[in-house]
Amino acid sequence: MKPTSHAFSSNAHRALHDRTLQQALAKAGVGFVDKRRAAIDGLPEFQALKEAGRRIKDHTLANLDHYLLRFEAQVQAAGGRVHWAATPQEACAAVLDICQKSGAKMVAKGKSMVGEEIAINDALEGAGFEVVETDLGEYIIQIAHEPPSHIIAPAVHKTRQQIADLFQNLHHQPGLTRPLQTVPQIVDEARQVLREKFLAADVGITGANFLIAETGSTVIVTNEGNGDLSATLPRVHIVLASIEKLVPNLEDTSVLLRLLARSATGQEITSYTTFFTGPRRSEDLDGPEEFHVVLVDNGRSRMLGGDYHEMLRCIRCGACLNHCPVYGAVGGHAYGWVYPGPMGAVLTPLMVGLDEGRPLPNASTLCGRCEEVCPMAIPLPKMLREHRRQEFAQRLTPPRARWALAAWAYLAKRPELYRLATRLAIKLLNLMSGGKGRFRSLLFAQAWTAARDLPAPQRDTFMAQWQQRRKP
Amino acid sequence: MRVALFVSCLVDLFRPSAGFAAVKLLERLGAEVVVPPAQTCCGQPAYNSGDFNTARELARPLVDALAFYDHVVVPSGSCAGMLITHYPELFKAEPLWQAKAETLAARTRELSAFLAEHGGDDFIDASFAGKVAMHDSCSSRRELGVLDQPRALLGQVSGLEPVELKDAETCCGFGGTFCVKYPDISGRMVSDKAEAVVASGADLLVSGDLGCLMNIAGRLKRMGSPVRVYHLAEVLAGMTSSPGIGDGAIENSPLAIAEPEKP
Repeated sequence: MKPTSHAFSSNAHRALHDRTLQQALAKAGVGFVDKRRAAIDGLPEFQALKEAGRRIKDHTLANLDHYLLRFEAQVQAAGGRVHWAATPQEACAAVLDICQKSGAKMVAKGKSMVGEEIAINDALEGAGFEVVETDLGEYIIQIAHEPPSHIIAPAVHKTRQQIADLFQNLHHQPGLTRPLQTVPQIVDEARQVLREKFLAADVGITGANFLIAETGSTVIVTNEGNGDLSATLPRVHIVLASIEKLVPNLEDTSVLLRLLARSATGQEITSYTTFFTGPRRSEDLDGPEEFHVVLVDNGRSRMLGGDYHEMLRCIRCGACLNHCPVYGAVGGHAYGWVYPGPMGAVLTPLMVGLDEGRPLPNASTLCGRCEEVCPMAIPLPKMLREHRRQEFAQRLTPPRARWALAAWAYLAKRPELYRLATRLAIKLLNLMSGGKGRFRSLLFAQAWTAARDLPAPQRDTFMAQWQQRRKP
Repeated sequence: MRVALFVSCLVDLFRPSAGFAAVKLLERLGAEVVVPPAQTCCGQPAYNSGDFNTARELARPLVDALAFYDHVVVPSGSCAGMLITHYPELFKAEPLWQAKAETLAARTRELSAFLAEHGGDDFIDASFAGKVAMHDSCSSRRELGVLDQPRALLGQVSGLEPVELKDAETCCGFGGTFCVKYPDISGRMVSDKAEAVVASGADLLVSGDLGCLMNIAGRLKRMGSPVRVYHLAEVLAGMTSSPGIGDGAIENSPLAIAEPEKP
């Protein structure tokens, strides 16, 4: 997907004036926040769990080479194969190669954000494969030809009516549940359509929430069970996962699972939590003939040990999106690439370049709510500021902002001159306000006065009045 | 007890009465209040714009100017957070300056935190008959953990009825330069906040941060709301008879007839 992060401002402007989108966002935001709060209030040891989770991730990242190799050995021991991909191109090539060798025609896909990151659907369709997304949200945006707008609720920007209309226009099978007025009716219809696809698919691709080094297992959490069908019905199962998903063992995984479900959807645990270890064994009743794990780096090993190291702790719960007032106002598409919200504003410049992604770290008040709700205690505001530092150092900051900053700094570094200049300006502003106490509009302040009045200053500065007061 | 007041640039320029209210409250504690003349701005706009060098150039003289006092008090959670949390971080590569910054950080408090720490349970001598909503700045709430202190102080104001805002932990959309870099989004955020203020039924909105106050007051005035807006210190010092933030002198007179502007 070609990023449009550079156009964040105009994307955001459009989003703010899109009434349907605003309806969808208003409805979604509150639900996530309330459910998470209830789940966390119900677990007194949440803070301790959070600390344990952070330590597990820190330890794993500090020894990532060891755990990756251990994971590979265990996958092989279980009869599977690991494919190493440094770039999205290598990852797509590995997947295409597996599909081609198995003589596949149709691919059933479970939800995978790393799949979005490497644009696997484009690669597969370009090579002539039919790809069907089986997660309901992903299926909706696939038929709408849109990217996800949220990392755990990809179609959260769509209203029920929009989804019903999409289904009405696309599904022409006889015997479908109609009409599509309620959510259960919509889900029923999707189930009927997708069931055929599961049975016809030759390859199933799923993501992974965790990769367990001790057992060579991959773990997914879903609420629809689509991931399990995608993994077990087709002949070949491919797991797409990025390298920071590693966890040492099963016990550590359970800590992270408890944090993930509560932070994401406010559930104690998701409806389905599935561990896949290798292909079907002779005594198994079902399962794929082949089991492949494609491990994607795509810049992550460069983040290790650097300014953005802690971002690799992210378990993709989406809490930072759900609590971000900017995300809540504009939705995910405005961010212009795969990952939106605070975590996206950190990751996007790292993955598509600071030149393209530079508006995202700036589009934040650094209010700190994201860090507060992050189950992995990732210092997101600090990282957004670090992006701004690099942007400034690389002279990517727009000239107007640089000049304004330089002019202000010139004065602020010279207290006496600063006093004189600010005093004159304040007295002038006070005079101009004509005793009304505020301005409805003011030259050079239109960005402020578009939405609010500008309170006028009082008659003189504090420093000037203080000096007068201290005079005998 | 010698207390240095770092008045903050917004209070200095736009709301000196909040600075004088802070002085009044500190003097009631028996403090000798000093306003070091070398202060201008803590450098936060440069820091949050990624210009760390300028931030350091502004921080160094301020760190020196505020040394040698028993306490440093700031009538702003945002600027206090800059001194307490970010100065040590800003100087992490310069051990000498980092040590100085940490010494300063240990002595620095946001105004309401300082008053709650040093004043008694009946130290506030002010009254206000009406409902008052407290808005916490994100820096106060999350960076400094200042949440109970302003409420405890407001509880000492006689006749005052506290009310809480819905979605109180959500940012008001000021964000320093954010509000002019992304005016659409900031405007949306402050509209939501102002609506929450109106819905709370408050007569007065207070906060410890002038950035938030100017933002929310500006929006309330644009909506034609009669809610008056003050810095927390002004209410605690009993200075609510002078015009609120964004109010003209005339509007506040008991004889004036409120005439809301059309949005």
